[in-house]
Amino acid sequence: MNRLSAPLVTLLLALFAAAGAQAGEVQVAVAANFTAPAQQIAAEFERQTGHKAVLSFGATGKFYAQISNGAPFEVFLSADDTTPARLEKENQAVAGSRFTYAVGTLVLWSAKADGVDAKGEVLKKGQFKHVAIANPKTAPYGAAAIETLNKLKLLDAVQPKFVQGENISQTYQFASTGNADLGFVALSQVYKDGKLTGGSAWIVPGHLHEPILQDAVILARGKDNVTAKAFMDYLKTPRAHAIITSFGYALR
Amino acid sequence: MLTDTDLQALWLTVRLAATTTLILFLIGTPLAWWLARSRAWWKQPIGAVVALPLVLPPSVIGFYLLVALGPHGPVGQLTQALGLGTLPFTFWGLVVASVIYSLPFMVQPLQTAFEAIGERPLEVAATLRASPLDTFFTVAVPLALPGFVTAGILTFAHTVGEFGVVLMIGGNIPGVSRVASVQIYDYVEAMEYANAHSLAAVLLVFSFLVLLTMYVWRPGVRTGA
Repeated sequence: MNRLSAPLVTLLLALFAAAGAQAGEVQVAVAANFTAPAQQIAAEFERQTGHKAVLSFGATGKFYAQISNGAPFEVFLSADDTTPARLEKENQAVAGSRFTYAVGTLVLWSAKADGVDAKGEVLKKGQFKHVAIANPKTAPYGAAAIETLNKLKLLDAVQPKFVQGENISQTYQFASTGNADLGFVALSQVYKDGKLTGGSAWIVPGHLHEPILQDAVILARGKDNVTAKAFMDYLKTPRAHAIITSFGYALR
Repeated sequence: MLTDTDLQALWLTVRLAATTTLILFLIGTPLAWWLARSRAWWKQPIGAVVALPLVLPPSVIGFYLLVALGPHGPVGQLTQALGLGTLPFTFWGLVVASVIYSLPFMVQPLQTAFEAIGERPLEVAATLRASPLDTFFTVAVPLALPGFVTAGILTFAHTVGEFGVVLMIGGNIPGVSRVASVQIYDYVEAMEYANAHSLAAVLLVFSFLVLLTMYVWRPGVRTGA
């Protein structure tokens, strides 16, 4: 029996190892604005590699707090570039793993077909009651909206009409339910396959605000997880790039 | 320590909770009385509806309210027709939401207190020719006083602790809908943990004192030897 069992054990070990390699899993924290593309990318990733990416969605600041307090995330797709840099500096992320996976596009959007003109003149006319923006202190899209209004010298006029969403998803919710006439949201939320999914929009020109760089990073928990590395690599493939741009993001 | 915006948020929280409690005393008392006395078959379904906010996630209540009170929702259409505009992102919108959200915290203690009175004192009052309204105010209310105290404190405290619903329909406007719990959430999101700590400590101490008051001071109940 002994002569038999040695190769058997080896075989079993090999099988387990192979199964492990095939069915790897990675826990990914995803910024709210990237929800839709991340779901598509994760599905493609699983189809092509057999690995599973388990996604959690939320606000970047909240994820930072959770990661700092031991949340089991292994990869972080942030809505900005400062939070991943900070995590890296604090040794909570793997040094050198950070890269910009998408560049966000800010859009002024209304659920109504005639709510926003193509040049954003509606902001100057001021014939609206509420404009929804994401909390500028915590959400990059909110900060970009403030910057834009500042450059247009409209901030003082528009500010009293602000209603704040805690993150970009809630901001979109305020605008999509019509409770806010207008909303500064992420293009990815109202755009699919190269066109608006509904309503009307003004795509804010890039020179009106700093680029919204969204960085990805491998977290300390994912240091030894090959699937984490595989998922990060997958984000750089042409297939992932095609999905990302189809939602209105740019690449760099 | 506490900044001006913190104080503004705390003051708003107190105003919201006080307004909500006052309105719920007016709505909750007759409702609880009816639930305690009625023998109608639809008493149980109504009781279940009243208790719904206990089990529903605040996100569900908040989402339904956002849609219902919004410009395309039934309530929103009504308020617009009345020339009141729409309720989300206003103080009174938060009051409406809090009244719904805290309803069971007012009604259930009152209902229990009313049921505990039993039929006898009311029958005695009736034989002494007291009108039903008279009976209610001179017999039922004094006997149910501990219930009123509990209901008021619980409603106030529960509204102070409200978060999800306010987040969903408030729009985080300073002085209008940025209550203390939302302000803390903002601090945490912005990684300003020191500010979050001091405001959170205020709410923690407040909540403890409220509960302590309720446990120590119960009219008609003696504690200790």
